[in-house]
Amino acid sequence: MNMPTNGSLTAQRWFNEMYDESGAPREHYAAFANWLGSKPVEFMLQKQKEADTLYARQGITFAVYGDDTGVERSIPFDIIPRIMRPGAWKALSDGCCQRVRALNAFLKDIYHGQEIIKAGIIPEQQVLGNILFRPEMRGVHVPADVYVHVAGIDIVKVERDTFYVLEDNLRTPSGVSYMLENRKMMMRLFPDLFSRIPIAPVDHYADVLLDNLRAVAPAGVSNPTVAVLTPGSYNSAYFEHAFLAQQMGVELVEGLDLFVADNYVYMRTTHGPQRVDVIYRRVDDDFLDPLAFREDSVVGVPGLFGAYRAGRVTLANAIGSGVADDKSTYVYVPDMIRFYLGEEPILQNVPTYQLGKPDDLKYVLAHLPELVVKEVQGSGGYGMLVGPASTRAEIDAYRERILASPAAFIAQPTLALSTCPTYVQSGIAPRHVDLRPYVLSGRAVSLVPGGLTRVALREGSLVVNSSQGGGTKDTWVLEA
Amino acid sequence: MLARAANNLYWMSRHIERAENTARMLDVTYRMSLLPYRVLEAGQEWADPWALPLVITGRATAYYELYPEITPNNMLHFMVLDPSNPSSIYSCIQAARENARSVRGAITSEMYEDLNQLWLDMRNVDYPHVESRGISEFFDWVKLQSHQFRGVTFGTMLRDEGYQFIRLGTFMERADNTARIVDVKYHTLLPSAADVGGAVDYYQWSALLRSVSAFDSYRKVYRDVITPMKVAELLILRDDVPRSLHACMNDIYEILRNLSDDTQLEAERMAGELHAKLHYGRTQQIFDVGLHEYLMDFLDGIGNLASEINRDFLVPVYPRPGATQTQTQSSYLA
Repeated sequence: MNMPTNGSLTAQRWFNEMYDESGAPREHYAAFANWLGSKPVEFMLQKQKEADTLYARQGITFAVYGDDTGVERSIPFDIIPRIMRPGAWKALSDGCCQRVRALNAFLKDIYHGQEIIKAGIIPEQQVLGNILFRPEMRGVHVPADVYVHVAGIDIVKVERDTFYVLEDNLRTPSGVSYMLENRKMMMRLFPDLFSRIPIAPVDHYADVLLDNLRAVAPAGVSNPTVAVLTPGSYNSAYFEHAFLAQQMGVELVEGLDLFVADNYVYMRTTHGPQRVDVIYRRVDDDFLDPLAFREDSVVGVPGLFGAYRAGRVTLANAIGSGVADDKSTYVYVPDMIRFYLGEEPILQNVPTYQLGKPDDLKYVLAHLPELVVKEVQGSGGYGMLVGPASTRAEIDAYRERILASPAAFIAQPTLALSTCPTYVQSGIAPRHVDLRPYVLSGRAVSLVPGGLTRVALREGSLVVNSSQGGGTKDTWVLEA
Repeated sequence: MLARAANNLYWMSRHIERAENTARMLDVTYRMSLLPYRVLEAGQEWADPWALPLVITGRATAYYELYPEITPNNMLHFMVLDPSNPSSIYSCIQAARENARSVRGAITSEMYEDLNQLWLDMRNVDYPHVESRGISEFFDWVKLQSHQFRGVTFGTMLRDEGYQFIRLGTFMERADNTARIVDVKYHTLLPSAADVGGAVDYYQWSALLRSVSAFDSYRKVYRDVITPMKVAELLILRDDVPRSLHACMNDIYEILRNLSDDTQLEAERMAGELHAKLHYGRTQQIFDVGLHEYLMDFLDGIGNLASEINRDFLVPVYPRPGATQTQTQSSYLA
């Protein structure tokens, strides 16, 4: 395990996206800063309020699990954008595409020849012993060999042009609707900004997604029917499922709307059954088909896996892609890039301790107050320990959890996430941000210029997840 | 389109229409309760107008489980704000918004925003709010919201199948409600033959006409005193009065013919039959049968048609090999 020697990784002086050390706006923020400076404070506060009202009226909401106060909440939106230079975006974008190509090759490999295991690059146990590995998928052919049709790559920045990949989300990554809605909101609130500043558009995302989904239809289907499968309106990301279906102009279906006959999938329509060829599913593997996976699933479609295996329907993302986004697999991604693509990784991984390794475990237990510890299969910011922000008692309690099952955890240094000025109660103050761009595959690997910038609204907090009180910002990639 | 989506669109508009009609019905009740003709001569006391909404909606049993007696206050609570009463305006708006949320991809964002804002506003309504705003003003607000939603729908939505199901829901609900409101006269409004044509009778009929926004139409069409025969003709047989049974059946029949394509479905036939009775009906026949009996027969017909629409379009059953599933909505993802 390599320890970070780079002091800036954990430096206490955070990189501010908008202002340099002297307090002057950075070059790519100059036009915005100029504009902002010309606006009275009351005007901006009024606009912030307007944004909050509009989001509530539009019902752009997410649900928080374990919170009894209400089913839906609006996600806090901040009106100061996060702006990226074209050059920085190019490297980031290339790096994300490279990563997704490698992860896709990895998934194809482990469900077929398993060359990477034979080559000794990844331990067999790491793959085959992973509960997200789906033995049922071995030897199953998927159209165009695409497993990861939609990937959300979480990226943090610690200083100018130094990006780290925090994690890969390859199962049902969410949040892209906020990327699109945030842009729409900014254009509505500040139309003049868009005529002054050359901001790359993102709103063709749904077209690109649909094009990719149609490209991976089962062989022989010339005019495929695409549908979005949602667990239903009580799911935390339901708004997004409905939004994407609407933007693509395809049906939003629940499990009960579908049935399988003779290995074909049909929707129940007002004019009888209609064939479905490609399903962009936002339901986890476990719940897709009660006959093949969890029997108690009420949101799946009995027989769906059979139709999938028979090549009569395409699922995006493929079943079994979770094994590649597990936090314990993450550490091998740079090696995958070298192995499958013969390239050097463009984006770096955060140095990661695997607590299943005795040396790493020993080091981590001795340095818990400095580290971030995560469950390898966790997501959404649940169940993690942020050492510097935790009490002694919390750390001790977490230590017990680690000791009970060390291999279920990884640890990383507490990163000095960059900050971006953000409206808070006391005025404008720097808050930590990350970035999730969405990589689409099918016809080609690509991404629209932008992503979801998440911001930790609590002072000093490094946890940006919306389920943990995070907010979002519009992300601007400036056109070259 | 998806049968479930069609079902949600149909019920979305039924619920909004029901909220509007409940407001109309309560408004006429409120206005009648202000009339100075409550008690006539001895032995001819007629029913408290505040009992009417219970008779019309068939919610009397549920009401008496919650409240010991009929008072304006209790009735307004029950019919406007009570979440446990599925016919209350609150419940209807909540249900309409839930229906819309389940199919928000099938409607325009303007429609969803309009309905969502209505729900957000309705959630903040309490009794003091209704009272301080003025009871009739509150009902006007509800009616206006329904008009507005219909307008947003009309002005923004693609004329696709979903649009047809939305209209179908509106007219099915409206036909049902108009028939019930006209029938009110049977229950309470005619104390004795002597009163027919008297001042009480006039106020009652005119309140009823106003409740379905047909008072001015009556004046325009007949330029005459208000008589039961003419009111029945106006609200049942004339197809140029937008809330009349005939007008509703014109639309329902046409929509079902469009939805049926070439296959003749039972729902289309049933609608045709109901429509023909109105299209070729005469006022005298209605009164020969008896207005109440005629309306009861119509309500049966509309009820049967609603069941058939379910079978033909909204909850179709196909042969399904493999496992069966229970219908439940859940949030299971962590």
